[in-house]
Amino acid sequence: MTSISSASPGLAGNDPSNRLFGPLPDVSADAGYVEEHPARVGFFTDTSVCIGCKACEVACKEWNTLPMDDSHGVRDAMGMSGMSYDNTGMLGANSWRHVAFVEQTRTVDLPMPTFGRPGDDRQGSGPSPMTPGDGVSLADAQQSSVLNAEALSEFDPQTGQSGADKQIRWLMSSDVCKHCTHAGCLDVCPTGALFRTEFGTVVVQGDICNGCGYCVPACPYGVIDQRKDDGRVFKCTMCYDRLTDGLQPACATACPTQSIQFGDLDELQARADARLATLKGQGVETARLYGRDENDGVGGAGAFFLLLDEPEVYGLPPDPVVTTRDVPAMWKAAAQGAALIIGVAVSAVLGSRKR
Amino acid sequence: MTEGITTPGAGWRRADGPGERKPPKRYRKGGGRRGRSAEQAMVDDAEFTSYYGRPIIKPPVWKTPDVPLYLFLGGAAGSSAILAAVADLTDRPTLTRVGRLVAGGGSIASVGFLIHDLGRPERFLHMLRVIKLTSPLSVGTYILSPFSAAAGATAAVELLDWFPRLKRFGGVVSALFGGPMATYTAVLLANTAVPSWHAPYKQLPFVFAGSAMAAGGGLTMIFTPVDEAGPSRKMAIAGATIELAAMHKVENDHGIVSEPYHEGRAGTLMRAAKTCTAAGAGLTAVAGRTRIGAVASGVLLAAGSLLTRFGVFDAGMASARDPKYTVVPQRERMAAREAGQQVGQGEGRSVTR
Repeated sequence: MTSISSASPGLAGNDPSNRLFGPLPDVSADAGYVEEHPARVGFFTDTSVCIGCKACEVACKEWNTLPMDDSHGVRDAMGMSGMSYDNTGMLGANSWRHVAFVEQTRTVDLPMPTFGRPGDDRQGSGPSPMTPGDGVSLADAQQSSVLNAEALSEFDPQTGQSGADKQIRWLMSSDVCKHCTHAGCLDVCPTGALFRTEFGTVVVQGDICNGCGYCVPACPYGVIDQRKDDGRVFKCTMCYDRLTDGLQPACATACPTQSIQFGDLDELQARADARLATLKGQGVETARLYGRDENDGVGGAGAFFLLLDEPEVYGLPPDPVVTTRDVPAMWKAAAQGAALIIGVAVSAVLGSRKR
Repeated sequence: MTEGITTPGAGWRRADGPGERKPPKRYRKGGGRRGRSAEQAMVDDAEFTSYYGRPIIKPPVWKTPDVPLYLFLGGAAGSSAILAAVADLTDRPTLTRVGRLVAGGGSIASVGFLIHDLGRPERFLHMLRVIKLTSPLSVGTYILSPFSAAAGATAAVELLDWFPRLKRFGGVVSALFGGPMATYTAVLLANTAVPSWHAPYKQLPFVFAGSAMAAGGGLTMIFTPVDEAGPSRKMAIAGATIELAAMHKVENDHGIVSEPYHEGRAGTLMRAAKTCTAAGAGLTAVAGRTRIGAVASGVLLAAGSLLTRFGVFDAGMASARDPKYTVVPQRERMAAREAGQQVGQGEGRSVTR
């Protein structure tokens, strides 16, 4: 039997340079799985082929018997978020997959036949949120005129006014726990309820968690949350039970477009790099991988993404850093503060006349 | 349809719609920032994007009177224990007794608040399964447990007047853990992804140390005869000064992340805290040698410390709820890194995008 440490992989390991931060080639071995263990697994979520069907959300809820909740995490409540097709709202204790729906509009000036309707001259009244780089693709759209009026009127009978026109696009992305190389939740858990599995994933042991709630603000992505009526915290396990039986996680199994791909992490990374190169070659300049870089603030994520816009558009932090990177400096400051109190107390006593 | 993801224009479909909703909101950066420099005039630097304005990180689930009270009591108990031990060694019996009682009472009450805050209080002993230096709550458990045991036992024998030698030993043990007890709670808050707690991680322990001394000095001052309370007064004034100085840095040195300390409920609490602490310290210096003055300034100092804890707690909660405080500093960090890489002729690795 090996003894499995629930401490930070770095603190249990022998690599002094990346104890708290930076790339870690074998997270499972650093957590104490010194004998043979499975390769690190992960999710590659390719949002360019996500159709927003939420099959992953349903499969996850069903497999893990997660309770219903509304978009604010209130249990057994049926609530509309009131902002989009997204009524799940966020990842939380009861939602371990969350499909984000982003509806974007931009104004395009297209030469169109004029057959005006009343009220159609309201051009430019809408917002025109331009991401950087939109200028380029906007010019492209104008020049190559991808959109021809016929096809568009087939698509939407309301189109066809003169002057400035609007384009919309949907960005859909299935968010999930990132199973970080340096997981803040795991680092700060004081009971050892959160642990690193042999697959390199991060899982909460429900029979150990005492609901201290420290992991909740420690997660730089806002994934893990407390179930209020239960007291304990819950998050994606990457279907640990299914993995141990040689099955894929429920969400990846249910995904009809292979937007969610499950597999060995290195294999997925190679696949993602190839996919990104393909998209870039086809002119999708805004495509980028998120969580793929092992030099990022969490040492690379076990679940990473191909995004078509800035991470924050999808509700993801643009540059997350595991909070425990700075914990040695914090302890140093705390020790200095403690010494300061003793110094002040001693000098206060010695500096006072007795009686 | 007319186009796919791979065509130029990348998934944009055309639609007419006077009533379509705004896409993810863009906010202007809040006030309180230094003027934008000329080379950062791009739109993306002045604004930020979020997913329907929803928070990115989860606000802490810690309950609100419990945790700030725990921070306050732990600090007051820690500094009182140290004061009591030093006073004991220099033969000041009343100050020793008062310090021990404050330390014992504060530590036992703080344990109660900590356990009550757990989602599963009956499992509080699970904290003792492991020891993890990366978890301030784990380290804190091993500070709080011996501290509260020693301080509580010392206070009990002080009340019962038994075992004078054991009392001194217990007092020294609790004093050893008193300093860490007062400052580890700052690491507890700072070691999170909460922007307004994490950014000032080097100053927060000094805020808490100063606040602990102000509270401990103030509380012992109330119950100790004025001619023996000299050390309490000195510690209280020093603590209040340190607290105000460190808090000033927290409130002003961290750009946009300092903003929550000035706004809303947290801003009100912080202003009240500063007023109480400054008034308490001033009154201690002026009228600390009279009974009424000692009681009034002691109460003011303790209230200032308590309000500081509530204010810091509230500011962190506010910064967690607004995605602005998560996105903007991270964007600035990325921009700085990219600028640095360009200067360093790009031998750096590619970062996130």
